[in-house]
Amino acid sequence: MTAETPIPSTVTSSSTAGPQVTIAPARPSVQGQTLAAAVRETAIKVRGFSSWYSSFQALKSLDLEMHAKHVTALIGPSGCGKSTFLRWINRMNDSITGARASGTLELAGVDLLSQSLDVVDLRRRVGMVFQKPNPFPKSIYDNVAFGPRLHKVYTRAELDELVEQSLRQASIWNEVKDRLRASALSLSGGQQQRLCIARAIAVGPEVLLMDEPCSALDPKSTLAIEELIETLADRYTIVIVTHNMQQAARVSDHTAFFFEGHLIESGATEEMFTRPKNKQTEDYVTGRFG
Amino acid sequence: MSTHRSIASRLWHDRTFLWACLIAANIAMLVLAVLIISIFWQGFGTLSWSFITHFASRKPAEAGIRAPLMGSIWVCSICALTALPLGIATAVFLEEFAKKSRFTRIIQTNIMNLAGVPSIVYGILGLTAFARMFGAFGTNLDTAITFGNQESLFYFRLPFGSSVLAGGLTLMLVILPVIIIATQESLRSVPSSLRAGAMALGATRWQTVWCITLPAAIPGIMTGAILAMSRAIGESAPILVLGGLLLVFNTPENLMSDFAILPLQIYHWAGKPQQVFHYLAGSAIIIQLVVLLIFNGIAVLIRQKLQKPLQ
Repeated sequence: MTAETPIPSTVTSSSTAGPQVTIAPARPSVQGQTLAAAVRETAIKVRGFSSWYSSFQALKSLDLEMHAKHVTALIGPSGCGKSTFLRWINRMNDSITGARASGTLELAGVDLLSQSLDVVDLRRRVGMVFQKPNPFPKSIYDNVAFGPRLHKVYTRAELDELVEQSLRQASIWNEVKDRLRASALSLSGGQQQRLCIARAIAVGPEVLLMDEPCSALDPKSTLAIEELIETLADRYTIVIVTHNMQQAARVSDHTAFFFEGHLIESGATEEMFTRPKNKQTEDYVTGRFG
Repeated sequence: MSTHRSIASRLWHDRTFLWACLIAANIAMLVLAVLIISIFWQGFGTLSWSFITHFASRKPAEAGIRAPLMGSIWVCSICALTALPLGIATAVFLEEFAKKSRFTRIIQTNIMNLAGVPSIVYGILGLTAFARMFGAFGTNLDTAITFGNQESLFYFRLPFGSSVLAGGLTLMLVILPVIIIATQESLRSVPSSLRAGAMALGATRWQTVWCITLPAAIPGIMTGAILAMSRAIGESAPILVLGGLLLVFNTPENLMSDFAILPLQIYHWAGKPQQVFHYLAGSAIIIQLVVLLIFNGIAVLIRQKLQKPLQ
C-alpha cells in the first residue's frame, strides 16, 4: 500500500544530493584503518553465537554472515531474539545485568565479545537507530554535532560542514536548513527519525543498526526512511530489524529469519521470499503465523 | 443486567469535588495571606536602612540585624556550595553508576531515613563532628591547630569550633537527604531512550551524564534545591545546639568567625516582653524572606542558564 504513495519531492532531491559529499570520519588509530579496509568484504561474521539473560537463553547457536555495504534484514515474530542480536553488535546489552553471550561475533575480524574491546570505540564504528525516534532535547544542529563532539575537537567551520553533510545524507537537509537552531523536538516523527539517522552518520560509522526504525511512523515517513536506507547502503553496512515483511522485501539484500532464538533460515531476500527452503520460513513470510 | 449511573448524580459529584478542591486551595492561600499581612503590618514600620546596618543593641531604636543577616548569608552560602555538589554527585552515583546491590540498597534506605531525622539530631552530630572533631584536637579551642592570621580571609583551624564553617556544614547535613532524593527522582524521570541514544553514539557514561542526563534533570534538581534552601535558612535548632550566638558585634570575615543567624535573632526578639521588640522581629522576618527569595532567585537563574532556551 505504501509503495504506491508518490515519493515526496524533497526526499528525492536531497537523496540524490547525498552521495556526492563525502564524510571524513575521525579515525586516528592504525587499527581503525585496517578495520575500515577489511569492512569491504564480509562485515559481520557470526559462528555458534548464543546469548542469555540470566538463565534464559535468548539466542541459540546462530551462524550468519552479513556483507559489507549491503542491507541485511532480521525478521521474525516478537520475542524471537532479533533485537537482542542487534544489540550485541554494538554491545548495548552491556548495560543489562545478567546479559551474556558466547560463540563468535566478529566485525571485520575484530572480536566483538572480547572483554578488552573498547565499546566506546566500537559504538563510533557501529551506529544505531532506535525504534522510537529519540532526539536529544537540544537544537537540530546540536543533535547532529553531539556525536562528533564526543570524540574530537572540531573547529566551527568543520563542524558546520559535517552537520550539513550528515543532514544531506539523511535526506533531511532541505527541510531543516533554515532552522538548525530550532529544537529537534519541534520536528515531526518521521523527520525526527531521519535526524536520528543523521546523528548516527555524523560519527562516521561503518555499520548502521536499525531496530524497527519505521514502526512508530506513518506510511509516508516510512517510505522516506526506506528510500533513505537504499541510498545509505552505498556506503554503510546496514542491519535492520523489522516486523514488516514487505519492508524487508523492499529494502534488504539479505534476510535472516529468527524464531524462538534460533536462526531458521538466511539468504538472499528474493530467495527467502519466493523460494524459502524451510517450511516455517514459508509460513511466516506468507503471513500464516507471526 | 447493568444499572446506569445517573448523569445528574455524576455531575453533582463532579461539582462537589471541584468545590472541595477550591476550598482546600483557598484555606492555604488565606493562611499565607494572613501571615504575610500581619508580618508586614508589624514589621514594616521599624524597617529602615539603619536596621540592616546596625548591630544588636539593648535599645530598640538602635538595634539592627547586621550580624545575623551576614551570618545567615555566610552559613547558607556554605551550605548551598557544599550540599549541592555533594548531593547531586551522590544521586548521580546511585542512579547512573552504581550496580543494584546490597550495598547500594543500604545506602538508599539510610538516605530515606536521614530525611526524616529531626534537625536537632544533626545539630548534635555537627557539634561532635565539625565543631569539636570528636575531641581529637583537645577539648577547647586553645589547643586548636591554626593556619594563617586570625584576621585574614584564609584563617583556618582544626577543630572548627562554633564557626560559620561548622554551621554551614551542619545545615548541609540537614538538607543533603532532601537534595539527594530530589535529584534521584529527577534523574529517574529522564527517559532511558536518551541515555541509550547517547551511549549508542559512543558517549562514555560520564559524557552521557554530563551532556544529556544532568541537563535534562536540572529543572527537578533546582526545584529540590529551592525547597532545601528554604529549609536551611529557617533552621534554628541545629545552630542553637552548635552554640550559635545572639550578641555578635562583628560580621564573619573568614570561615572560622563566630556568627549569629536570623531565625535565632527573631526568636530572641519575639520572646521579649516589650512590644517594640516584636516589631523588630517582624522586620527581621521580612529581611529573612527577602534573603530566601534571593537564594531561590539564584536557583531559578541557574535553571534558566543551564536549560539553554530553544527557539
